Amino acid sequence: MLASRVFSLVGRRSISTSLCLGAHGHAGVVKAEEYTLPVYADRRDVPLPEVAFVRELSAQQRALKEKEKAAWSALSVEEKVELYRIKFNETYAEMNKGTNEWKTILGGVLFFLGLTGVILIWQKNFMYGPVPHTFTDEWVSAQTKRMLDMRVNPVQGITAQWDFDKNEWKK
Amino acid sequence: MSAALLPKPQMRGLLARRMKFHLLGAFLVSMGYATLYKFGIAEPRKQAYADFYRNYDPMKDFEAMKAAGVLESAPPK
Repeated sequence: MLASRVFSLVGRRSISTSLCLGAHGHAGVVKAEEYTLPVYADRRDVPLPEVAFVRELSAQQRALKEKEKAAWSALSVEEKVELYRIKFNETYAEMNKGTNEWKTILGGVLFFLGLTGVILIWQKNFMYGPVPHTFTDEWVSAQTKRMLDMRVNPVQGITAQWDFDKNEWKK
Repeated sequence: MSAALLPKPQMRGLLARRMKFHLLGAFLVSMGYATLYKFGIAEPRKQAYADFYRNYDPMKDFEAMKAAGVLESAPPK
């Protein structure tokens, strides 16, 4: 990407002046914007995020960090866990743990399906007019008889299900 | 450290194992479906057509359709 392309972004004010200053070595003048710094993220495929989870350490935590610089065998189990929790938010087990969200989703889906059903029933009852006369039993049976007379789908279809000798449907 | 070390997890060959499993599975599923389709749908259909046309008399069928009155250019009379 040409450097000249970046200038158009400056014109459109999507890069602030402080960002520009910070970009070429004037970081002492302006404080780095929050969103430009690396972030912590719990991700299965990124085991070691760019920054530690806890950014501002309390006095106690700072003392622990000093102790970490010495021999690690001197640390107790609780201190090791505390150091872990400073560096990471969730363990892999906590990260991968499933939730009960699927129950909510399933319930919501079924609820709205039911609601749609209610709407459809109301519509059939109160909104729609009568169906065309071609759906009456007399018309449909006359229609079926004509299809059989024409030998529609004789191999595997409707005519194959009709017994012409006994004049009834095959069992 | 905790009282007992966890067993070392599988570190290598993860993709290979997954691919082996899925390749085999895909092969079996597709071959199985093809076999079931052939012997469940295709062969019976071929058989049905063979049976239908083995003793088929088109003139008899024509006379039946004519008698039923569905042919506009060949009325029943």
